[in-house]
Amino acid sequence: MPLTRRHLLAALPVLGAAGLGLGFIRMLHGLDRGQFDPRAINTPLTGQPVPDFPALSSLPGQAGLTREDFRTMTQPVLLSVWASWCLPCVEEIPFISQLAASLAAPQEGRDAPLALWGLCYRDQPASAARWLERAGQPFTRLGLDQDGQAAIEWGVTGVPEAFLIMPDPQVGGRIVWHGTDALTDAAYQTHVVPYLKAAP
Amino acid sequence: MIVLATILCPESGHFALALACALALMQGVLPLAGLRRADSPLTALARPLALSQCLALLFSWACLITASLGNDFSLKLIAETSAINKPWAYKIAGLWGNHEGSLLLWVTLLSLWCAGLALLPGQSPTQPEGLPLRLRARLLALLGLVGAGFQLFCLTTSNPFLRLWPVPADGMGMNPLLQDPGLAVHPPLLYSGYVGFAVPFAFAISALLEGKADALWARHMRPWVISAWALLTLGITLGSWWSYSVLGWGGYWFWDPVENAALIPWLTGTALLHSVLVVEKRNLLHVWCLLLAIATFAFSLSGTFLVRSGILNSVHAFANDPARGLFILGLLGLYGGGSLLLFAIRAPSLPTPQAGFSPLSRESALLLNNILLCTLCAVVLTGTLYPPFMQLLFGRTLSVGKPFFDATTIPLTLPLLAVMGVSMALPWRQARTDRLLPRLVPALLITAGTILPAFWLFPTPLAALAALLALWVISAALCDLFLRLRGLPAGDRQLHRLPRSLWAASLAHVGVGVTILGLCGMAGSQERLIEARPGTHATLTGRDWELTALTPHHGPNYEAVEAHLTIRRHDAHGPVLADLTPEIRLFPQQGQRTLHVAILHRPLEDLYAALGSVKEERDPRGQSHYSAILRLHENPLASWIWLGGIIMALGGGLHLLPSRRRPKPVEGKVGSCH
Repeated sequence: MPLTRRHLLAALPVLGAAGLGLGFIRMLHGLDRGQFDPRAINTPLTGQPVPDFPALSSLPGQAGLTREDFRTMTQPVLLSVWASWCLPCVEEIPFISQLAASLAAPQEGRDAPLALWGLCYRDQPASAARWLERAGQPFTRLGLDQDGQAAIEWGVTGVPEAFLIMPDPQVGGRIVWHGTDALTDAAYQTHVVPYLKAAP
Repeated sequence: MIVLATILCPESGHFALALACALALMQGVLPLAGLRRADSPLTALARPLALSQCLALLFSWACLITASLGNDFSLKLIAETSAINKPWAYKIAGLWGNHEGSLLLWVTLLSLWCAGLALLPGQSPTQPEGLPLRLRARLLALLGLVGAGFQLFCLTTSNPFLRLWPVPADGMGMNPLLQDPGLAVHPPLLYSGYVGFAVPFAFAISALLEGKADALWARHMRPWVISAWALLTLGITLGSWWSYSVLGWGGYWFWDPVENAALIPWLTGTALLHSVLVVEKRNLLHVWCLLLAIATFAFSLSGTFLVRSGILNSVHAFANDPARGLFILGLLGLYGGGSLLLFAIRAPSLPTPQAGFSPLSRESALLLNNILLCTLCAVVLTGTLYPPFMQLLFGRTLSVGKPFFDATTIPLTLPLLAVMGVSMALPWRQARTDRLLPRLVPALLITAGTILPAFWLFPTPLAALAALLALWVISAALCDLFLRLRGLPAGDRQLHRLPRSLWAASLAHVGVGVTILGLCGMAGSQERLIEARPGTHATLTGRDWELTALTPHHGPNYEAVEAHLTIRRHDAHGPVLADLTPEIRLFPQQGQRTLHVAILHRPLEDLYAALGSVKEERDPRGQSHYSAILRLHENPLASWIWLGGIIMALGGGLHLLPSRRRPKPVEGKVGSCH
């Protein structure tokens, strides 16, 4: 039987289906090994230098946040993005407080391995202050991003989120990890601690 | 009582499931062997095997329900999804709210469709129009093969009868979000639709195996396509209504992968529905019809199962398990891939029809609609699969949402609606322009008369245009009905004299128009988010919404706060229009909050209020003051969306009712196609 155009057309669906099937098999394999995560969120700034962002003021009595602070940083920084109106951020408080307390504890003559900074996204200063009160003033620096401009520059997709920034004198701080979920101890241990151990 | 409980113990259910699987395998193999060897006793086994398989599965359901009602937490499934204080109705309905149970439901529904096919009167000397017995045996065998595969999947990877040791004293309870009557009915309806497309699929495979797809074949297949389509329509409608009224997000369709997974087979199923008519009436488009039947079922399978593999990021996903995913993919490859391969081999050698298409005829209009529906389906499929494939191939993560789907589906839907209006008035074979135009004039006039009001009433020109086209569909369907009535002989001009299928088609088209009108209305929905204390007023489209009180109360297994809202016309002193009491519930056992939206359905709009969160503050004297975040919506024509869906499904149902014998049956018209 000669191959006609009809044969080719009729074979198209099965070829398409085979392509899709192969793709799905690869995805399932990836899922198994943790290489494929359908819920992953686009984090284009991972691996990039800290972006330029407008200087942010803070609450009275606390240091603000500017681009310059990342040029002069000497230790890794964990930047937590939060807002008092965000329920998962409220649920995140216990871990943030615990982390801040462990960082503030004496470190056998060495510097603390990490600085914890905060970026407060689109919030009323008064409610932000109450939130900080509840968390026990965990941040050594805090930027109030009231118009959300800085969050756009940082590529924040929602609150709460977190960034790990390593000191890099050439570019003035490099983002090595961007977490798009509430920070938990498990996430901290898997994503942040390995970088700290690798750091000199 | 004890005897009954012993008979209906989970192990009996497990055994019945295994028995059903074996019976399904026999149902798949024996009749096919019988047909090959012209051995009629073996062929005749298909019917009793299908019935007994169905009974075995129903028995295993009886066991599962007994265990659930009896709080048998030694069953893993029940310990994980039920609890002692759960209402008994949800002890039953909750059984299909999880992976194992829904899979058992899937195979049981398939066996029910098989039983329906087996019980339908076959061809006999007294009933020459019945389903030919050989065809029925082949269909049952193919369906048996499909059922056997999924029952094997159920038994090996997702057994609902697994025991748990040690036995917990109480279950973990059901997701409170799922404790809703809508959700008790939604999965069975949707699944019956999905599974129902297995019957047209079996028809298609049978035609490919026999190398013959003719008008008679299409006539036997049509009722099965329509019933599956009507159930799927109802299932989707109910799901959309549920997400609107229970989830409290204020929307009705989120282009979530699972929603798309239901929409894709619906689109191809609708195309199939129309091309079956063309095969039946004009003996054209067979190959297309075969492909659609296979594709619809393959999409139904993928829709039901790919979601569970964890590949697609969806809010609906059940617990993900890549091992199950691989099994499912194997089954999909076997049934979907195998049948497409069969199609690739056999379809080109099917006899080509001699007749051609005339450009102005009903079959051409249906073909055009088919093309548009399939393009729509391709677009939705692309939007759904683009994110995972982008990530797989290029490592880029992205999401495809409403902007993409709006931009691509609306331009395809508008011409679809335009053609729908014309197609009803077109005759088969060859239309004459001088006869066609007068038939369309009344509907055109009605539509033209509403141009100005439409652009005045609807918020955007696009919504107005879509609404006009929807009106065109509705008026064309109704005018066509009226003109056909006038065309009947003078003494016989009664509505019930018109053929049932005409009524059904008109009704279904009216349903589409009503749904589209609802969608256009919702394009102008207004929304306000307010933070309010009791006594706060807010205005939304010229109405005054007042939060009168926030009252906490205790439920059996939850804490709740109710917001009392009063809506007045014009301003704060106007006449009261409605009282709404949205509620928020906190279930401490699961640590989960559920929203209970308050909706006032009015013919032309929905007033919709959701209570987002409640804050409690204590003043220095220790008294509690509550304030709340409220979301207020005014949704014009919202309920029309689901009303239209119900009308469409009713149209399908009407088609299925047995039609009265016509006074003069047209002898040999269908039989001549043998």
